[in-house]
Amino acid sequence: MNTLPSRTFAQKYHLKFVFWLILIVFLLLISSNITESDLLAFFQGDSIQQFGVILGKMMKPDWSFFPRIWEPLLETIRMALVGTLVGSVIAVPVAMLSASNVTKPAVVRSITRFISNLIRTLPDLLLAAVFVAIFGFGPFAGILTLIIFSFGQMAKLLYEAIETIDKGPIDALETAGANKVQVIAFAIFPQVLNTFLSNFLYTFEVNIRSSTVIGYVGAGGIGMLLQTVIKMFRYDQAGVIILAILVIVVLIEFLSNYVRSKLT
Amino acid sequence: MLDSIIEVKNVSKIYANGVVGLKDINLNVKRGEFLVIVGLSGAGKSTLLRALNRLNEISDGEIIVNGESITKSKGKKLREIRREIAMIFQSFNLVKRSSVKRNILSGRVGYYNSLFSTLGLWSKEDKERSVNVLQRVNLADKYYDRADALSGGQQQRVAIARALMQEPKIMLADEPTASLDPATSVVVMDDLLKLNQEEGITIVANLHSEELALKYATRIIGLAAAELVFDKPVEKVTKKDFDQVYGRLEKEKTSKSNKTKKELVS
Repeated sequence: MNTLPSRTFAQKYHLKFVFWLILIVFLLLISSNITESDLLAFFQGDSIQQFGVILGKMMKPDWSFFPRIWEPLLETIRMALVGTLVGSVIAVPVAMLSASNVTKPAVVRSITRFISNLIRTLPDLLLAAVFVAIFGFGPFAGILTLIIFSFGQMAKLLYEAIETIDKGPIDALETAGANKVQVIAFAIFPQVLNTFLSNFLYTFEVNIRSSTVIGYVGAGGIGMLLQTVIKMFRYDQAGVIILAILVIVVLIEFLSNYVRSKLT
Repeated sequence: MLDSIIEVKNVSKIYANGVVGLKDINLNVKRGEFLVIVGLSGAGKSTLLRALNRLNEISDGEIIVNGESITKSKGKKLREIRREIAMIFQSFNLVKRSSVKRNILSGRVGYYNSLFSTLGLWSKEDKERSVNVLQRVNLADKYYDRADALSGGQQQRVAIARALMQEPKIMLADEPTASLDPATSVVVMDDLLKLNQEEGITIVANLHSEELALKYATRIIGLAAAELVFDKPVEKVTKKDFDQVYGRLEKEKTSKSNKTKKELVS
């Protein structure tokens, strides 16, 4: 009666856990074998020496190069800002159509959710490469990439936020004879506004980072310059660029965290 | 016909999971009444109340409000009927992040089109009305405060003010005092009584408390297990009537405690 319940052999020795652990390690080893990745390669041959040489060059940044990076750095920030803004604005109606407490027909919800899920699965590097192929080198391709990325991310974050709101005010508005638009404006919008702004800043942060990466395939911004100088083996200049990116990313993260902490 | 402001005809509600919410309810609410619905949690009180303004759909029967079938109305017509029926809730249902002012004015949206209300282009009369309704619940000094800065009782009174913006003929109150302490409950109930007596607004309220029901109602109906078990003017309601509604609880309690005893013994 007042004794511990008896457990099976499997429960006692956590067989399930052991099984999954072995399976994961096994899969890891197989994958590593197939992809021919070898941690030891890092230490073999002249890799480590090469690494040291490049790092050494980067450690002596060519500060005279600094004035040349201003323009592309600002371009990166502008790209991220425009991309996040446009993508988020487009995401709002789609999020409304994806939220079960706003849109009753399940068919509509499945369609809009499918679209935004599909868009989220596209890697931004791939998108950037495609847009560069279509529109040529430069920030426009980058901005389009970031719009699509921001849209996918914001649509999901926003519809999930809408679904967790307090349903009460919706009842109250419907009682007063409000139509759909009025319910959204008075009962839903004020409840998700802060979450929306917070997610917007977060997406902006992510976009700053990814806009430096997509620049690498020619989609404008600081990444494009970085790629150029590395191709010319100017690691001293690359060092300046990397430091600048680091400072900007940290600054924007700090700013965004501060503003988000105030949004409660 | 004219003296009945709400007619509930053979109304039944069966939820999607098969649970019966209401079983063949017939009820006429007269103009100017203070009707209180009593019953246990789950007896169907909220289901009935929320059916009256069609926040919940019914499965069968018809509800007529002010001579018009709310059951058969759609779109704009439904919204116009709803405008006449205000409602307050157990959890107040204010938008907590919005100001008291905006919450109150949101009670008026039924009189505006989407564009004007969304942009906050309220008429001068409606702005004055919003101050006026807040004065009627003695909270004018809170006009610019955020709703979540107020106490529970104050929030419920703001909710009453918002309801008044509709200039309703009927006020539904779904457990209006369940989240409030006894003293505050009386203040809120007094506000409702004042509206009933001074402005002739018909009140339909769900209450847990027997005491409040007897004090404020002009007529009481009892619900038990989705069915109407009594419907009497307050003077004729007896202890037996309440036992009939709450009696189930005693039975359940005893059977439950027996069960626990049994479990302990074994």
